[in-house]
Parts: sequence; structure tokens; C-alpha cells
Amino acid sequence: MKRHISTTIDGEALEFLSEDGQTLLDALRDVLLKTGTKEGCGTGDCGACSVMLDGRLVCACLVLAAEVEGASVETVEGLAEAGELHPLQKRFLEGAALQCGVCTPGFLVAAKALLEINPDPSEKEVRYWLAGNLCRCTGYDKIIRSVLDAAADVRGGAG
Amino acid sequence: MSDEKKFRWVGTRPIRPDGIDKVTGRAQYGADFALPDMLWGRVLRSPHAHARILSIETGAAAALEGVHAVMTGQDLPDLFAEKAAASGGHDDSNNLAHNVMARDKALYHGHAVAAVAATSREIAERALELIDVEYEVLPHVLDIPTALAADAPLVHPDRVAQGIENPEPSNIAKRLEMGHGDPEEGFAEADEIIEREFSTRPVHQGYIEPHACLAQTTPDGRVTLWSSSQGHFMVRDYTAKLLDIDLSLVRVIPAEIGGGFGGKTTVYLEPIAVSLSRKSGRSVKMVMSREEVFRASGPTLGTRIKLKVGVTREGVLTAGEATLHYEGGAFGGSSVGAGCMTIFAPYAFPHVRSTGYDVMVNKPKGAAYRAPGAPMAAFALETVMDELAQRLEIDPVDFRLRNAAKEGTLASFGPRYRRIGCVETLEAVRDHPHYSAPLGPNQGRGVALGFWFNAGLQSSAGVNLNPDGTVTVLSGNPDIGGSRASLAIMAAEEFGIEYEHVDVMVADTHAVGYTDVTGGSRVTFATGMAIIEAARDVMGQLCKRAAAVWDVDAERVSWHEGEARLDGGVEPAPLSLAALAKNAGKTGGPISARAALTARGVGMGFGAHICDVEVDPETGKVDVIRYTAVQDAGRAIHPSYVEGQMQGGAVQGIGWALNEEYVFDGEGRVENPGFLDYRIPVASDVPMIDTVIVEVPNPAHPYGVRGVGEVPIVPPIPAVVNAVHAATGVRFCDLPLSPARVLARLDEAQSSGSA
Amino acid sequence: MARVILPQALADRFGGEVQLEIEGRNVRALLAALDARYPGLGQELEGKVAVAIDGEIHNDPLLEPVEEQSEVHFLPRLAGG
Repeated sequence: MKRHISTTIDGEALEFLSEDGQTLLDALRDVLLKTGTKEGCGTGDCGACSVMLDGRLVCACLVLAAEVEGASVETVEGLAEAGELHPLQKRFLEGAALQCGVCTPGFLVAAKALLEINPDPSEKEVRYWLAGNLCRCTGYDKIIRSVLDAAADVRGGAG
Repeated sequence: MSDEKKFRWVGTRPIRPDGIDKVTGRAQYGADFALPDMLWGRVLRSPHAHARILSIETGAAAALEGVHAVMTGQDLPDLFAEKAAASGGHDDSNNLAHNVMARDKALYHGHAVAAVAATSREIAERALELIDVEYEVLPHVLDIPTALAADAPLVHPDRVAQGIENPEPSNIAKRLEMGHGDPEEGFAEADEIIEREFSTRPVHQGYIEPHACLAQTTPDGRVTLWSSSQGHFMVRDYTAKLLDIDLSLVRVIPAEIGGGFGGKTTVYLEPIAVSLSRKSGRSVKMVMSREEVFRASGPTLGTRIKLKVGVTREGVLTAGEATLHYEGGAFGGSSVGAGCMTIFAPYAFPHVRSTGYDVMVNKPKGAAYRAPGAPMAAFALETVMDELAQRLEIDPVDFRLRNAAKEGTLASFGPRYRRIGCVETLEAVRDHPHYSAPLGPNQGRGVALGFWFNAGLQSSAGVNLNPDGTVTVLSGNPDIGGSRASLAIMAAEEFGIEYEHVDVMVADTHAVGYTDVTGGSRVTFATGMAIIEAARDVMGQLCKRAAAVWDVDAERVSWHEGEARLDGGVEPAPLSLAALAKNAGKTGGPISARAALTARGVGMGFGAHICDVEVDPETGKVDVIRYTAVQDAGRAIHPSYVEGQMQGGAVQGIGWALNEEYVFDGEGRVENPGFLDYRIPVASDVPMIDTVIVEVPNPAHPYGVRGVGEVPIVPPIPAVVNAVHAATGVRFCDLPLSPARVLARLDEAQSSGSA
Repeated sequence: MARVILPQALADRFGGEVQLEIEGRNVRALLAALDARYPGLGQELEGKVAVAIDGEIHNDPLLEPVEEQSEVHFLPRLAGG
């Protein structure tokens, strides 16, 4: 059964028709053509589809599309504002925190969620927060360093 | 090429050209494409590890509303049977074709047997359920001992082994042997001999992006494919070959790739998607689920290695002998050849012999995984080297230095080494503060050395000079790890222009010349060479244009730091790239160049790693607490991305050593086909991975480049295993060192008092 | 004359000598000369092996030049990942 959904995605009011059982991830990618959020596993194990739902970090593959009626969703595509990159995005680029880049959207959203609740995380806190985001290319080193650097930027007033 | 030369861009760390797209979600990976008329394709997979396919009824599926095409193996041409028959039943194209979709037999659980295309994924899945396959289940073999047993069921009863005299049908696809000298003589000279047997389990490359493609076909036979792969020319060539289509009719547009590590140097979906598209008259998108990736895409499979090494009391190696059995999956084709070649490669052995067997089992068709064949071999040799060093009471690094391969050393795989950096890499380990840092209780340190050949192969490139003096570079290699940045650096360095004035495009199969895959640690080396050649061609043309403008002989004009200069004198003022570009139309027309080459002068690579672990005696859990990776990169074009390769490979190796394995049940089903239970390292599992880039330039490359991508996965397994031994006194010969297994050995050692 | 080193298994089947002095200015010529000396040997090698010439490995050789004093080895073909 198709359901009419009104929601807000990256600050924009949007409407779409969802199917029974359709995930938010599929709605974002296949219906709304917002392919910035990636699917790595479809079962909530890899974090590539990390988005914020009403301010809470979730895996979009574990959320039903119907659940976002009246809610606010933030994806990687909303991180930069008016062409200005978020400090996390800048630091990921400078710090070479991506190689193939497919896990990067998930990491950016998850890292932003961390900095919103803990603006001065330790290395250990960053590693444990991001343990739900899998990366196979980088070995995590440059990702962690970039998040710590971006945290300092944000504390210093950037972003 | 002088080492004193100061580079402007080589060795710096600018932002990669594709970076913004990748941090904003704009970059398009294989599953990110869509077309208005698109159908979704899904694959029906065998529920049996080994079965004859008696019949497939597709009528009900085809009749389902929303289904536009159904296919089975019968819809694919059988083109390679004769060729296979002529070589004992073994032919790569035949194997690939039969893996893409089963013909008369399903050979592993998950083997594709049919496919449908429908207007939605849900309808396609329902249609699969309506396909009725009648199987005659056959006995299966799942590991090497079973496959080699006297009465073993045969995966391919019609195949005989290559490399064996008068072979009887067996599960051996190939036997090979190599070496020099006489190991018997060498062992007779040894004061210490160690013999060990090792085993490893199947592991997956673990790329985060599942396989995906979108196929569009037209009634006149043209095919357009958007595909995520390690090589769109490979996708084109394999798809066209399997479907018997002219190459000029097939255009493959490279998507960005979300990891490969060798696993995407082959095709699974593309020939199916094209077939479904042709049948339905519509475009077809196919994306593997994560479960399908684990059940049906090629892992690297299990191995058994028997190793014997002899050494004198002074720590000089005298002989090495190895027998390697590698599972090749349902079609053979394991990397046992490389295992045989690399197992003794880092050292000078006067007498050495490796014998390898490629064994067929009812498991998925194996695929390449980063330095294929070498990590298992290094696990065996480097743990034995550690044990020998301990017995001789020689420092592990000094022991390796005493025997390290050098320029002129006779390699165990045949030729003599050219200029290599094995010694320099080991010295950097020895001199690193990590190597002498203090350790605490339950902690131990291990080192290991690794080798990989690296590849040259074929690369084409284009360099187009734009009228405003900026440069567009065309490459045929998908950018899997930041290679656009290193290619742009080399182009900017050659021209002497700003890095930001160079853009690199990964061009499709119609737009750039033939290029071999992104793999084999070859892109910065070989495609770099092609770009440098094309850039030098352009600079030569620019000098000719300047000479024409100045009305002088072209030999009097040369290129320096971004401008054409007339030799000997201040007048006339040099002409910049931008100035010459602006006037190109007036001085002879557009300026561009192509290069197409087989890259020569590959620089072989060595890496050595230091690993500290802490082992919890209560749980058997091994924590990596400190890690340093040292590697000879020849010349690091973009050091951040070289470091990235070292760190990524190290962590893959750590995962392989400590936790990763396919768990097969008795019926050949993978029990852990997902990231929850196939547990790759997460951020909280590993520390920072410190890196040291050693530079022993490769004399054959204009900038001294050696490939770096694969070497880093070769040392970590033995480095970890040696560290665990140092921490616990227990030696492991079987992977992975998961907590339960470590605990069992610790308990055993404690109760027998031998820790 | 180039020095050609055969894999032991092939040497055992064809003449028994591992090291051979062979005339040929490129790989194709070497294989032809090997086949002339040991009929059938060329077929075992052609298109099936990689060749190392003076330490450099060529995965798919045909016309790779071979010098007067070159040392030539036959190796299994390799895949990278």
C-alpha cells in the first residue's frame, strides 16, 4: 500500500510515496534520488547509511520510510551549507581520511552526531563512537585524526 | 634522475581532485545510477553445494505481473567448451562463463542458476520464488584433505590436473614446482631445521560497496554499462567475450568504486544484466545484497602449507622447502603460484623448492585479494623465521638482515633481483623507536617482512591542453584510493604548473585507450608513466610552437618550470603554458597528446611491520596496542595516500590474523554472510598505525615510483602471530587467532606447564 | 646466446637440462628455438607463462627483446589484487 509521506530532508520540505516495508534508505536513494547515503549491508551492521532522524543517529536501512512522516532527516548531503564545507568535510579532505570514499558519508554524519553531544572527545571516545561505521580501506587512523582535528576546529568557532 | 632534485608537487599532500564529490555524497558509485525505463534484476542461487540441474521451469515467473525477462544458463552462449577440452578441462573464460551462471551443474551454495528483471526489487524477488529448479544433489567436498582423499567426490569429473604426468581425474586443477639448487644438500648443511604445517581459512576482501551495475542495450546491438569495478576495460572485455559481442559496440562507463582489493577484477552481474536488458528491451540495474557478496563473490580461500627451513648456527639460511595446497573454489584458479613464488622471496636461499597444488572444492570461485597468495605464505615463513631467530638467540631483525635479498640476489622464484629496498626497510625497522620501546605484562612484540612483485601492464592516457592553460588528463583507471591526486601531481610536476590547474578524469572505454585494471599496485607507476609520456609529448609540441612564434630552430627551445625558453639569452622573454595555449589555434591548432604503453621497469616492493599485542589470559583476546608499518615506496608521490595504503593493508592483515574467517556448515553453506558475524576490524579494535616511508627509488620510473598497494597486507599476519608468541610463549600455525582458540592453547600450555 | 632457465618439471620432461644456451632476439624467437630443440616444449610455454628477462617480469610476452647475455626465466602468470 502506498503511503503519502511529508517530511523534511536536509532542511527541505519534501513529499513522496512510500511502499509497505520500504526502508528510509531505499526511499532516499531510489525514490528521492538522494544517493549520497550509501548501502553497504542493508542490515545495520556497517553504518554506511548513517543519517540523523530528529537529531538521533540511525541507520537508514533500519528505519521504515513511513517513520519519517513529520520528522526531520539529515544526510551527508546537508552537511555543507551554501557551498561552505563543514569542518569535518574539510579535515577529511586535508587528512586524506578517505580512499574509496564509500564509507565517508556515514562517517561524516556519525562524527557530526558525536561532536554535537561531546565537543571534546578523546581518541578512545571517537573510536568507540565510530565503531558502528566500517571502513576497509583506511585502517581508521586518518579518519580518527581528522575527527579530532575537526572537533578542535568546531570548538574554536569554525562551522 | 637525481635524488637531489627539489620537487614542487611530488611529495606534497594536496587535496584530491575528486575529494569534494566524495565528502558531499555527489560522487556516483555503482548503485547510484538510474534510468527512467529501468528494471531491477535479481539472481536465483543454488541451495546446494553440488548438484546437477535437471530442469528449470520459468513459466510462472515470466507470467508474473511486472516481470519483463527471465533467463537461465541456457540463454548464454557456450563458447569455450572446445578450448577447455584442449587443456584438461581448464580454461579461464569457460570458468568465468560458468561461474556467472551455472549450466548443467551448480557447483557451490550460492551459484547463480537463473535471473529475472522486473519493475521492482520486490516483484523480482517474488518471481525468483516462482522459478522451479529440479536438482539432483551430488556429494560435495569442502576442504583440502577431503578433496584429496582417495575416494573423494569430484567437483569436475571431466577435468584432469595440469602440471602432472598422465593425470587421473581428481580435484587437483594444477600442480607447479619451482626452485633452484638441491634442498637435500642444503638441509645437510644446516645446524637447525624447523618443519611446520600451517592452515588458513577463507577470508573476504570486505569491500563496503556491494557489486552493482546498470546495463542499457539497444536493438542495433549496442551496450552501455555503468559499472563499479577495478577496471572498466576488463568489464567490457569479459562481458563482450562471454556474450560474443564486438568490443566496439560495448561502452563501459566507470562508476566510482567503493573498495575492491582484487575482488572487483572480475565480473559477476554485468553479463546477466546485459542479457536481461536485451531480453526485456529495457535497462536493467543489478546490485548484490551483502549476503550475496559473501555467498557468491570470490573470497580468497583456505590453504595448507608445509614448510621446512634450515639454517646454520651463525644464522645463515641454507635451504627452504615448501608444499602449498590452496583451495581454488569450484573452478580452481587459486593463487598458489604466487604462494610458491613469494614464500621464500625476501631472502637469499642457496637451495629452495616450492611445490604447489591448486585444489577444487565446492565453494565460491576464488578471486584475487591484495597480493594474492602471499599473505598465507608469509604467515608460514615469517613465523618460522621468528622461531629460528629465537632458537639461535639472534635478534629477529638482525637475523633477517643477515639473509635479506639484495640487488643481484637469486630470487627463489627464478630471476635475480634488480634494485630493491629490502635491506633499507629492515634497517628502518631496527632503528625505529618502536622496536626498542618497553613492554608491559602480557604484552609481546613481533616483526615480519613481506614482499610483492607489483605490476606494470598496459596503460593509456590522454593529456589535453585547454586554451586557458589548464590541463585535462584522461586516465583509464578507476580511482580506488586517491590515484587521481598522484596522477595530477605528476602532470603538474612535468608541466611546472599549479596543481589546481590540472584535472584528472577517469574516462570511459570509448574515450581513452585500453588500460589494464586498477590493481597489482600499478596505477601510480604505469598510468603515471603514460601520463608523463603524454605530458612530455605536449611539452615538445609547445616548444615547437614557441620556436615558430620566435622564428627559430626548435632545437633551441626547451621547457622549464612552466614555460618555453630560448636557450642562451634573456631575449625573447619565455612563453608560459597559458600564453602558448591561448594562441594554439593560431599557431597550428589544438594541442593534446596520447600515450599508450606497456610499463617496463617495475620496482618490486618490500615492507616490514612491528606489532605489539596484549593478550588477556582470562579470555584469550588479543589486542593490538601499537603498530608500525615500514615500506619502500620508491618515491611517494602523495605521501598521505601511500600511508593510507600501508595503514589499510595492515588492518586487513590484523583482521585476517585475529578474527576473520568464513564459517561453512557441513552442507557448504556460509553461516556468517554478513558484517555482524564476519567481523572485520572496527575503529575500536586497532590503534593508530604509524608509518615510515622508505624511498629507494626505482631507477626505471621517471620519479622512482614503486607500487605500494599490496605489500602492506603481507607482513601483518606473521607480525601479529609472532607478537602473540612473544606475549604468551605459544606458537600458532592456524588462523585466525580468535579468542576461543587462543584461550584453548593458553590453557593447554598452562596445564602442561610449557608456557 | 641467452641463458634460459627452465622450470624443473619441464626440464625433466624435455631433455633433462635446466639451464640452456639459446639463440633468439626476442621471446618469440627463443620459444621457437626451444621448440626446435625439444619438440613440444614451445607449446607448453607459449601463452601460458610469464617471462623474466634479466630480472624484469613480463606477464604476456611475445616480442620482448632478449639481449646477447640475457638471463631468461619462465614463471607462472600472476594476478594482482
